[in-house]
Amino acid sequence: MTHSPVLILGARSDIGKAVAHAFAAREYPIQLAARNAENLVSDAQDIELRYNVSVTLHDFDALATDTHEGFVSGLPELPQVAICAVGLMGKQAENEQDLSIQSSVMRSNFEGPASILSVLANRFEARGSGCLVGISSVAGDRGRATNYIYGASKAGFTASLSGLRNRLAKRGVHVVTVLPGFVATQMTEGMDLPSRLTAQPPQVGEAIFKAFVRKRNTIYVLPIWFLIMAIIRNIPEPIFKRLKI
Amino acid sequence: MKLSGWGRYPVIEAKVYTPRRLEDLKARIASTPSLIARGNGRAYGDSAINPQATLRMTHFNRMIAFDPATGQLEVETGVTLGEIIKAFLPRGWFPMISPGTKFVTVGGAIAADVHGKNHHKDGSFRTCVDWIDVLDAEGNVQRCSPTENARLFDYTLGGMGLTGIILRAAIRLRPVETGWLRQTTLATPDLHATIQAFEAGHDATYSVAWIDCLGRGASLGRSLVMLGEHAALTDLPPERADKPFDIEARRALSVPVEFPSFALNRFSLQAFNALYYRMGARRKGEQLVNWDAYFYPLDAIHGWNKIYGRKGFAQYQCVLPLDRSEAGLTCLLEETEKAGAGSFLAVLKRFGVQDSAFSFPMEGYTLALDFPVTPKTKALLERLDRITLDHGGRFYLAKDSRMTAKTFQASEERLAAFEAFRSERSMARRFCSAQAERLGI
Repeated sequence: MTHSPVLILGARSDIGKAVAHAFAAREYPIQLAARNAENLVSDAQDIELRYNVSVTLHDFDALATDTHEGFVSGLPELPQVAICAVGLMGKQAENEQDLSIQSSVMRSNFEGPASILSVLANRFEARGSGCLVGISSVAGDRGRATNYIYGASKAGFTASLSGLRNRLAKRGVHVVTVLPGFVATQMTEGMDLPSRLTAQPPQVGEAIFKAFVRKRNTIYVLPIWFLIMAIIRNIPEPIFKRLKI
Repeated sequence: MKLSGWGRYPVIEAKVYTPRRLEDLKARIASTPSLIARGNGRAYGDSAINPQATLRMTHFNRMIAFDPATGQLEVETGVTLGEIIKAFLPRGWFPMISPGTKFVTVGGAIAADVHGKNHHKDGSFRTCVDWIDVLDAEGNVQRCSPTENARLFDYTLGGMGLTGIILRAAIRLRPVETGWLRQTTLATPDLHATIQAFEAGHDATYSVAWIDCLGRGASLGRSLVMLGEHAALTDLPPERADKPFDIEARRALSVPVEFPSFALNRFSLQAFNALYYRMGARRKGEQLVNWDAYFYPLDAIHGWNKIYGRKGFAQYQCVLPLDRSEAGLTCLLEETEKAGAGSFLAVLKRFGVQDSAFSFPMEGYTLALDFPVTPKTKALLERLDRITLDHGGRFYLAKDSRMTAKTFQASEERLAAFEAFRSERSMARRFCSAQAERLGI
């Protein structure tokens, strides 16, 4: 059986790479998209060698939204699955003081991803098949003082994914929202994360592959996060506003 | 963060860095007076810990190229043997030399110059290494091989990461027809018979013995000697022959919590050892075993290192020269049996000839034991050190976590030359581990 390719947007990220490995291991050809894609040559070789699949590299800038139509048209083949692992956390202290940093966090997590997924959604809808996977965040479930710029932009992305899912449900296109919880990546390096709540990137890759196969709508990578977020979402606001979490 | 080896002893507070690019490594070398590289943390003690700077090499884990004509695979050294097997066994290739865990990285295998059950025939890991790239104390990448820059090659194989950061390597894989092995088990009643079984089995590709280390008196050294050969396609029953590389996935067991320290005692060990021996003796003769169960029996139990409890355990592995092996092993086993501290698993292996700059193996017999870390077993290990020294043996640094500098220096006449080489290339203080510090390397 030969598969159509899987497009990874934000392929330099640890989660992007892990997802590429998870699909390549099932013999899906891979399209790696990132800024300065030529620097990903060694990652592409690695995937080709391990899994005997073809890997292509594509320059992609999530923030250059005017290039997105052209980017998709320029792909050698319209992918079967597109996974968006683009994101930027920044530091809350800087995000809330420096408006240009704030804007780039919001654009990286929301505007850019929503834009490229819109283009892909339209093409997939016209074709009548495909799967879109957006890697959002539990931080988008409720704004917290320590992380709300990032959280707000992820909330926007989560909402746009659920809207896409609703719109495309009868069009043969499935949309998966991934809320990974803590993951040991470059983004979280140096943070003191509790190990029981922290997934490794390959776990995220496997979880996304499974969600794709089973057509899940929203997934948490570690099940405990479902419980944690259910609690966090349900704390009454008068109490929540005084908490330090 | 708190860091330890696979034996979970000792635990050392160390600064850990996770570099991603060559430039990160160079910057770290330029800015840090003393550091050590760490792979997947499978050395048992403090070999891959430096309190000032421990560099986790797990992001350097790409496969670079493979030549099916020669079986040569180029990798970044954070790649594990397990990843290599996953990618290449389905294409008919297997690591030429493999230690008892597939979770070891290629970098770790080179640094410790690991050995497998085929040492008597094929030598240590060095045999399969065509070249390596080492990042030196000045931040330059040096290619070295047995013919090019040979001294760096010689000292890096077995040099425990003390000659630089091992970045890339080309290793040769072995062509195999199947993922199965033909294993022959021989039950031997005592040490002499065990050694004779090894000598008689010299032509076998693989050989290893599990010793019942609580056997005493006339049954001292009674063992199950296991010989193995890669199975050919024609050795497989027809239902396996269409998928010769597929094995049933083993259900991964895991040890969820630390066992309380009383769980392993003389009686539970004796019962386990006796049972194991009897079961082994019953399946005498030849059987087909898959590669995972054959080479990596303990990998099936994730976190097996936790059965020794919170205080961790100490591995003990020494090698004795051939002519003094039987006498020395007798003393080691008697001393262990007398202490009643029996090891959960005791493994004996015949080494072939090896002439190397700083690697562990030499021709003779190597014995590996493990013990929970208690004052009583520490004292026993001191006595075992003495016996090993008295019989002209030496110690495996990848397993060591507690030897004294005095013991190590008495065992290692090659140390002065190693140190001279390291000083000459200004590696001496730059690349250092807690173990090197402890042993006065």
